[in-house]
Amino acid sequence: MTTKNTEQNPGGMRGFFVRLGGLDRRWIFLAMGLSIAVPILLKLRFPEVPGPMARATFEAIESLPNGSRVLLSFDFDPASKAELQPMANALVHHCASKGHKIVFMALWPLGKQMADQAIKEILLEYHGDKYEYGTDYVQLGFKAGNEGVIKVLTTNIAEAYPTDASGAAVSGLPLVADARDLGSFGLVSTISAGYPGAKEWVQYGRESMKPEARLTSGSTGVQASQLFPYYPAQLNGLLVAVKGAAEYETLVTEKYPVDRNSERLEQGRIRMGPQLVAHLLMIALIVLGNIAMIASRGSQGGAR
Amino acid sequence: MSDGSQAANQGGARPAKRPNTFLWIALAVFGIVGLSLNAFMRPEGMAKRLSVVTTVERVLVEEAPAALAPEGSQPAEAAAAPTATAKRKWVDPDDAGLAAGTLRRVEGVDPISWETRESIKPSEAELLAGEIKPGGPVRIEPSPIDSLGIWVAALLTLFILSFVYRDNPFYKVAESILIGVSAAYWMVVGFWSTIVPQLLGSLAPEVVRAYAMPSLPVSSTPGLDAALAFVPLLLGFMLLWRLAPKGGWISVWPIAFVIGTTAGIRLVGAIEADLMRQLVAAMKPLVVFENGVGAAGEAVRMFDFWGTVGSVVGVVGVLSVLTYFFFSVDHKGAVGKTARVGIWFLMISFGSAFGLTVMGRITLLLQRFEFLFTDWLNI
Repeated sequence: MTTKNTEQNPGGMRGFFVRLGGLDRRWIFLAMGLSIAVPILLKLRFPEVPGPMARATFEAIESLPNGSRVLLSFDFDPASKAELQPMANALVHHCASKGHKIVFMALWPLGKQMADQAIKEILLEYHGDKYEYGTDYVQLGFKAGNEGVIKVLTTNIAEAYPTDASGAAVSGLPLVADARDLGSFGLVSTISAGYPGAKEWVQYGRESMKPEARLTSGSTGVQASQLFPYYPAQLNGLLVAVKGAAEYETLVTEKYPVDRNSERLEQGRIRMGPQLVAHLLMIALIVLGNIAMIASRGSQGGAR
Repeated sequence: MSDGSQAANQGGARPAKRPNTFLWIALAVFGIVGLSLNAFMRPEGMAKRLSVVTTVERVLVEEAPAALAPEGSQPAEAAAAPTATAKRKWVDPDDAGLAAGTLRRVEGVDPISWETRESIKPSEAELLAGEIKPGGPVRIEPSPIDSLGIWVAALLTLFILSFVYRDNPFYKVAESILIGVSAAYWMVVGFWSTIVPQLLGSLAPEVVRAYAMPSLPVSSTPGLDAALAFVPLLLGFMLLWRLAPKGGWISVWPIAFVIGTTAGIRLVGAIEADLMRQLVAAMKPLVVFENGVGAAGEAVRMFDFWGTVGSVVGVVGVLSVLTYFFFSVDHKGAVGKTARVGIWFLMISFGSAFGLTVMGRITLLLQRFEFLFTDWLNI
């Protein structure tokens, strides 16, 4: 009887791990919450080393001749803003720093508001003196139709967007008046949270672009694994989740620093501090959970 | 990991519910005291918001006669020119053109004015205070509606997060609000982005332009647009027939139409981008060389070790995973071993996808915490 009790309730380190296996899961939630909250409050930050995909995105925009016409599609909404707005901000700042003429559009209903925020907080804040609406940037807004909109854009932009977001005819806006189709753009970049988004731009838009034109994407972590096969042949650059945003921000602000409100271009890097701590906690929990499982197997007589 | 009480019961020990309950109550009291101190002891307070209100005024102007006059004409002739041809626009009353005399106010038209509002924190208001002149067009005033909005958002966030403790009525309220608001939102978006501009706008463009969307583009082929719009209108009615007690089969036809057209559109894209281009991308040399520059400045081909590793891993991965999904042959012997390698590749890709998903979810939680700390608690 005593032997049986000892096997069920072993002492020492093994007993600790067996009891750990029965830990109330709410302590884990609390630990995860603290691992995120404390680094936020301490403003914990770590240096970012840009990876090849972030560098490829940077090079795709950097290598375009200054003043090229680019199309930025904001295919996300506030639910994905935490991951995607940082890279959208950096992308707009990068394009504007190169003097590219920017056309904004959205395949998601609230993508227009996300683009408006980038225009207000980045484009007009840092480059307002040289960017005039109609000639240097245009906001086309949201258009319903998912991949159907991309299909129409491949043949006739004016058919998909006869007016801009404010209702002005595109024929009166010099930047887009002579843009016939997607071939008129040196770069198309989609900040994508799902359907419709990067996958549809590759499937329906890529083929109608000029061979030398670039297609890049910023993506949420959840859908990134669907996009990896497209890089680098069909997607010239790919920013993956907040990590990709942080790497890209590093590249952009190193070359094009700003003199005020710089935290607007550091959101990705700010969010990577808590990410790192939370990931370390998760790795530790996975290791501890496996040790606890092995320990509890031993206490049950080695049953598998 | 299992629930605490369940685990304790499995171990045969006393239920661990009481000590846990004390701890959770202690945490809750700590939180409430902290929030109260933050709300009442700090000047920043909680969710305190102010509005920067800017009064914007515009006057209608036209180009002054002197500016309109052809080069070389006399001022008297210019003054006699009909003002109807002058370009009119709304400008700031302090516009430089009015002061310089190149623009003049249009008589009989009152100025228009409106207010813009921008929500700011008390700390930001302190920075702005020195720049705002009393009696000027910009003023700062409390904004209770913004504070209320932050309180609602913060409480709903906490209600949702309360689910990690256990299912409770607060969570259910927040969940129901989310579902209801989302359903209503998508209905409104669908109505205003599709039904009104694309269906009603084609059938009765003048009516839509007059009462709903003044910016509806003018079509060059209104008759054709209206005729074509009857197709989706008819299909829509057929789809709704499903709700009728009889004739449910009628709704099958629009569903078949939607499935057929969607499959057709998707098929072309998938074959081109996901099959052909992926095949091309997979057909690459196993041994990779890159162009480089030799010691004497001459062009040389250099062995690319990591490029070669990448190519080999890619080809092995594609072939082994395809073998795993090839069920016409028993997975024994060499085929079985190759399929086993394929499973490893699949597991690694699932692990990568899981890691990316975790990163995305942590970012969402992180942003909610940022909102609670910066917007709600004003820390």
